[in-house]
Amino acid sequence: MRRFLLRRLAWFALTVWAVITISFVLMRSVPGGPLSSDRTLHPTVEAAVNARYHLDWPAWRQYLQTLGPLNLDEHGLFGDRSDVFGGILALDLGPSLQHRDVSVNEIVAQSLPVSAALGVTALGWALLLGLVGGLVSALRPGTALDTSARVLSTLGLSLPNFVIASFLVLALAVALPIFPVAGWGSPAHLVLPGFALGAPFAAYVARLFRAGLLEALAQDCIRTARAKGVPWRSIVLRHALPSALVPVISFLGPAAAGILTGSLVIERIFTIPGTGSHFVAGALNRDYALAMGVTLVYTVAVYALNVLVDLAYALIDPRIELEKDA
Amino acid sequence: MLAMPSTSGARLALATALLGALGACVVAFALRSGRPRADFAFTGGGEIRSLDPHGVTGVPEGRVLRLLYEGLVARNPQSLAVEPAAAEGWKVGPDGRTFTFALRADARWSNGDPLVASDFEWSFRRMLEPATACEYASSLWLVEGAREFTTGLAADGTPRERDWSRVGIVALSERTLQIRLERPTPHFLPLLSLHVFAPVHRASLEPLQQQFPRDWATRWTRPGTLVTNGPFRLVERRIGEVLRFERNEMYWDARNVALRTVDVLSVESWSSALNLYLAGELDWVDGAIPSSLVPELLGREDFDPRPYLGVYFYRVNVTRPPLDRREVRAALATALRRKEICELVLKAGQQPAFSFLPPQVGDYRPPKTFGESAEYAQKLLVDAGLADAEGKLDLRALELHFNTSEVHRDIAEVAAEQWRAALGLEVRLRNQEWKSFLDAQGKLDYDLSRSSWIADYADPSSFLDIWTTGHENNRTGWSNRQYDELVTAARSERDAARRRELYTNAERILMHELPCIPIYHYVSQNLVDPRVGGFGQNVLNEQSPKYWYWRSDEELADVRAKPTRRSKRVESHGPSAGLYPPSRAGEQP
Repeated sequence: MRRFLLRRLAWFALTVWAVITISFVLMRSVPGGPLSSDRTLHPTVEAAVNARYHLDWPAWRQYLQTLGPLNLDEHGLFGDRSDVFGGILALDLGPSLQHRDVSVNEIVAQSLPVSAALGVTALGWALLLGLVGGLVSALRPGTALDTSARVLSTLGLSLPNFVIASFLVLALAVALPIFPVAGWGSPAHLVLPGFALGAPFAAYVARLFRAGLLEALAQDCIRTARAKGVPWRSIVLRHALPSALVPVISFLGPAAAGILTGSLVIERIFTIPGTGSHFVAGALNRDYALAMGVTLVYTVAVYALNVLVDLAYALIDPRIELEKDA
Repeated sequence: MLAMPSTSGARLALATALLGALGACVVAFALRSGRPRADFAFTGGGEIRSLDPHGVTGVPEGRVLRLLYEGLVARNPQSLAVEPAAAEGWKVGPDGRTFTFALRADARWSNGDPLVASDFEWSFRRMLEPATACEYASSLWLVEGAREFTTGLAADGTPRERDWSRVGIVALSERTLQIRLERPTPHFLPLLSLHVFAPVHRASLEPLQQQFPRDWATRWTRPGTLVTNGPFRLVERRIGEVLRFERNEMYWDARNVALRTVDVLSVESWSSALNLYLAGELDWVDGAIPSSLVPELLGREDFDPRPYLGVYFYRVNVTRPPLDRREVRAALATALRRKEICELVLKAGQQPAFSFLPPQVGDYRPPKTFGESAEYAQKLLVDAGLADAEGKLDLRALELHFNTSEVHRDIAEVAAEQWRAALGLEVRLRNQEWKSFLDAQGKLDYDLSRSSWIADYADPSSFLDIWTTGHENNRTGWSNRQYDELVTAARSERDAARRRELYTNAERILMHELPCIPIYHYVSQNLVDPRVGGFGQNVLNEQSPKYWYWRSDEELADVRAKPTRRSKRVESHGPSAGLYPPSRAGEQP
C-alpha cells in the first residue's frame, strides 16, 4: 500500500509539471493577450499595465515566476526581500488578470466547494438512480419494468445535460415553480442542476450495475447457495452485490472527473458560482494565472479521485492487490 | 489504523456511510452563507473586473462603481446634465481652462473621515502614476502637465523627471480643488462625471500598499476594508455570485437614498438572467436580450428599448486593395439594406445608421451622408472601372471578419447576401474567438471587420476622436489630414455652435471616405420592474442608484395611467407599500 502511494506520488509530481509546462506554452501561443480589448490602450498606459503584471518579462522568466517557489519580481529574493516566495510551488497561483481584486487562490477557495457540492449532488443522483434502476432491471430481467428502466437509461445517455437542464427548468421551475430557476444559496438550488449533471452518469451506472448483477447471479456459487437454501435477499446483498459493484466503482473515477469538468455548462445555465465557469473564462480572457490555476486544480482533483478509486477496489474486493497494478 | 469490519457487506455499508457524510459536509459547507433577498437586485452580466475605480474600464463596472463612489460631479440620470456631487459647486475661470471646485462640508468617507480636496488630488495623482496602470489615465491628459507626468517625457520627447507640482491639479484648501487644463475643453465636465474619476481613500490604501507590495489589490477591496464615499458600501463579496451593498449612512445625502440593501448578481447567461427576472429574483436586467426573445418582450410595460449612444459598424482595411479605393467602400456602404438587418435580425427597434454618430448626441446633428441604392453602388463601381456596363464585376472576393456570436453571424450573413445580390460581390465569412479576433483586427489582418463603439459621454468627441491619424482605436489604416485638423480645432473650440459645425464637417469627411461602414445605432435593452421609481432614462443608459426607490400601489397606478405607457401590464415583484427614502417617509401612509 505504501509503495503504491509513493509511486503514485512520483507520477503525480511529473504529471503536474507536465500540465504546468504545456498549459504555459499553449496559453501564450494563442493570439491576443489578457489586456487586449475592443478599446485599445494608449501605448504608454499599456506598457504600465504590462509592467504591473510582468507581461513585459521574457517568457522564461514568466515561466519561472509561475512555477516558483522563488519570487523573481522586485519584492523577491533579488529585490527588497519583502516577499521571497511565490509561484505554484509556493502554493501561490498569483493574481487574476481578469478579476483584479482577487487572487486565483481566492477564486479557487470560493468556487471549489461550490463545484464540489454540485458534483456530490450529481454523483448522489447518479448512484441513487443508477443503482436502483440497475437493481430493478437485473432482478426482473425481461419484464416491462426492466424495459422501461433501460429505455430511460438510453435517454439519459443520449441527451446532452444542457437539454435535460433546460427541460427541468421549464417543467419544475417555470411551469410548476417548485425549484428556483437559477442561483445559489439553499439546498433547493442544488436539486435540478445536480440531477441534470448526474443524469447521464446515472444511466451509465444503471447499465453497468445491471450487467454486473446479472453476471454475478449467474455464477455457480450463487446457484449452490440457493440450493443450500440461503435466503434470496441475503444472496443478493452479501454475495452478488459486492462483485457487481466493482465495475460501478471503477466507473466512479472517470464519472467524478467527467462531472467535475462537465459542470461548466450546468453552472452557466443555473448561474452557479463554481469553478467550471472560471475554467472557460480564464482561457477565453487570456487570464493566464486563472486558467493555469483552474487547470491545476482539475489535474489534482482527477488524479486524487483515481487514486481513491484504486484504494476503494481493495476495500470492496480483497482479491485485488494494489502492489500488482503497475 | 482503524479496525476493518470483517465482511465485505459491512465494509461496503461503512464506506457508503462515510462517503455520504462527507458529501453532506461538502454541501453544507458550500451553502453556508444564507442571504435574505436585498431591497433591490440587478445584473449586468458576469463578475466585474475590479472595485478599484482606477482599475476598470467597462460599462458593467460603471454600474457597480456608482453604488460605491461619488466623483466631484455627476450626470443627472434623466437629462444627463452635469450636476454637483461630492463638490457642491464649481467656477470656471475666464480663460475657460481653470476649474475651481468647492467640496461639500458634510462629504464623508464611509468610515466617517471627512472627504477633503487633497483626497481628490491624491486620487488623480494615483490615476496618472504609471505604476497604478490605470487604463483611463490618458483621458486625464487634458490636464496641464498630466501627460508628462505619466510618460516621464517632456512635450518634445526628452526624458524628464516626474514632478507633481507641474501638474495642474492642486488642493488650494481643505475644501477647494483647482484643476487647470492644457487648453479650454468643453467636454471636460461630462468626462469628469465618469465613474473612473472617483476618489479613493488614501489612509486605508497606502499602508496596505506598503505592507503588501505584491498583493495589496486583493486585500484592499474586501468588505470591511474598502472605504468609499458613495451612497452605498460593500458588505459582502462572493466571486462569480454576488456583491451585496448596504446604504452608507455616512453619505452626505443618505436621507434621500431609499434602498437599504442592493445585490449585484453575476449572471453569465442572458437567458438565465431573463428567467431570474421573470421569477422575481432580479429587479433589473441590463444587457443583451437574445434577439429571438425580443418579440415576446416588446409591448410589455417593463421592456422599453430606447436609443443608446452606440454604433455597430464594419471597419474597412483601407491599406488593402481594392478597399484602398473610396469608390469600393462607398459601393459597399450604399448597397446594404440596413432596415432589413434591423427588422429581421435585431428586432428591438435598432435604427439603421447612415452616420457614425447616433442622432441623439446632445445638440449635435449628424450631417446628411450617403443613402442606400444598389444602382448607385453599381454605378460607382462601373465609373471606377471595376465593373463593366453589364455589371460584371472585376473584384476579388472579400472577407468579412467577426467575433464568434450568433447575432454577429446573422448580421454578417444578411450583409454578405445583400452585397452578393446588389453587386455580385462574393463575401466570405470568417469568425474568430474574441481575443484572437481583436489581435487580427489590431494587426489589420482583415478586409472588413465587425466593430462597435459606445460613447463614454454624450459629446461628438467621444466618437470622432478615434478616427484621427494614429489613434490606437482607429485600426483601419485610414488617415486624413483635413479630418485631423477639424477634430483638433473642435476639441478646444469654446463657441458651441462653431464647435458643432467643426464636428459636422469632420463627420462629413468620415462618411465620404468611409473607413467604417455604419450599420445600425443601438438601443438600450432594460428589463426593469414596473414598480421601480427613479430609474434613469437616458441615451447613455446610465443609472444613479441613489435615486432608485419602490413605488407604492397608488403611485404605480398613477404611472400606469399615463398615455405614453406601454400597454401590456406585468406583475411587479416589489413591495406593494413601496419603499421611499427617509426624507420622504413622512409623506407616505
